[in-house]
Amino acid sequence: MKAKLIKAMAILTAILVVSTAVALVVGSQKIDFARVLSDPFSRTLFFRLRLPRVLMGLTIGASLAVTGASLQALFRNPLADPYTLGISGGGALGASVAIALGWGARVAGVPLVFLASFAGAMLAATLVRTIARTGAVILPGALLLSGVVVNLVSLAAVLTIQYVADPNSSLEILRWMVGSLDVIGMAPVGYMLVLLVPSWLALLALSRQLNLLAIDEDTAATLGVNVRRVEMVVHTICSLIVGVTVAMGGAIGFVGLIVPHAVRLMVLPGSLLLGAAFLVLADALGRSALPSGELPVGAITGLLGGPAFLWLLRRRKQYAAM
Amino acid sequence: MTAVMEVRHVEYTYPGGARAIGDVSLSLDSASLTALIGSNGSGKSTLIRLLAGLLRPTAGEILLDGLALEDWQPRLRAREIAYMPQATTTVFPFRAIDVVLSGRTPHAPRFGFESERDRAIANEALEAAGAAHLAERSVTALSGGEKQMVILARALAQQPRVLLLDEPAAALDLKHRAELMRTLARLRDTRGLSVVMITHDLQLTGSLFDRIVALRCGKVAAQGRPEEILQSSLLAEIYDDPKVRTQRIGDQTMVWIDK
Repeated sequence: MKAKLIKAMAILTAILVVSTAVALVVGSQKIDFARVLSDPFSRTLFFRLRLPRVLMGLTIGASLAVTGASLQALFRNPLADPYTLGISGGGALGASVAIALGWGARVAGVPLVFLASFAGAMLAATLVRTIARTGAVILPGALLLSGVVVNLVSLAAVLTIQYVADPNSSLEILRWMVGSLDVIGMAPVGYMLVLLVPSWLALLALSRQLNLLAIDEDTAATLGVNVRRVEMVVHTICSLIVGVTVAMGGAIGFVGLIVPHAVRLMVLPGSLLLGAAFLVLADALGRSALPSGELPVGAITGLLGGPAFLWLLRRRKQYAAM
Repeated sequence: MTAVMEVRHVEYTYPGGARAIGDVSLSLDSASLTALIGSNGSGKSTLIRLLAGLLRPTAGEILLDGLALEDWQPRLRAREIAYMPQATTTVFPFRAIDVVLSGRTPHAPRFGFESERDRAIANEALEAAGAAHLAERSVTALSGGEKQMVILARALAQQPRVLLLDEPAAALDLKHRAELMRTLARLRDTRGLSVVMITHDLQLTGSLFDRIVALRCGKVAAQGRPEEILQSSLLAEIYDDPKVRTQRIGDQTMVWIDK
């Protein structure tokens, strides 16, 4: 068994390495890798645009997939993902408000739009949790339902703002709704990693409890899991992770939903690796699909992820209780 | 006989709901098989969930080795008490063996893989539950009865001193019911296991259990040895049906309903 797990992890790591290499090479602007250090143009292109973008893709992909896997286990629902928490919608709404009001300023080097998006995501998470709370406990079913509804309402609000905003803002808002990985320079990626890596590790440390919860809540409780506490901790960490990723890349869909289903062993670490690979590949595709310009990565993940999810669903008919 | 668990004047009221258990007191001996009987809604499942620590008594206390259940560290308590629910709702295609291995959690280190010994115990438990042939199957593809056998194996793999079973026989055929009872009796005799099992099969309780606890409207209506409880007048009262009849034949008790 141990050998099988190591093999599975090795395969996933290999997929990740290849995807990263492909993503670094592919793009509308050709980079001359032989002269990446000597030629200023190639150097700028690679270090200011291409590499940060790929790193951001890896980080966001890994984050979305590992949150999706955690939430699916937590809610014992194969359809749970960052969207079902209401966080993605909240983040998009926060960003839209900032864009529509023309807040172009930066606070400590971070654009206000990012901060507004993060605030929106956290607000949505808190709102969802308040609605789902009964006394001291949070009911998973209520959490899931209120999350879906808060998300729908947020997206409706985003559409309304977009409708009344001027065309430029409207286009920019669309970026947040669909999700995109364009980033300039390494600093934003650095900020993200500082916040996200500890959160990933915290979720990985909870894998065993999450596995037991995925089997059955009562089972987990009688096997020594403090169910309510794990629920609270995992929900908080996932909210934080998704809040950061939405602030940076917008509401990128389907990564959190589909990747965990494609991983069969060691779902949490496996999702982390495969999620990263999936998102950079999707972005590479988005950057090279059109003869000129590019498609936002969120459009690609939606177009690829949706059908892929349905295919998995058809192929694995074990999701009997869904 | 020493008591492993003691229930003292326990009451339970569901939040905003009706009182399900009212002033129940009983003690569970080690190395004993106890049947919990009573009509639907009499509080059997609530009582067994209280014993499992899934619900907290609204009054009274439940002791395990003299210490209140909620004062036990969850992980240590999980080494002592295992619970098999009436049904589980696993939606993910876990392999049966992995579900059974999850029973080893309270014994395994917090991080890292389960040991060879854990695997051996899990396989043994699958064997004992008559489910060895299901090991590699996905639990979502199993029938109700097969799933119950896997869940039972998981509870056995926990190697508890107290095993709480909520109607395990309901989904099992005759052969597997017999096997279940033989396994439980063997564990009682070899490991001193104390079993509490909810059952509606009074025929089964007659010869195989050491003790019967009958609930009626959330209270203990009667408790004692099977031959003391399985009597027409007592059962008629417990089940609220004057036509229940019993007859003792050797060490077996026949139970039927008069026309």
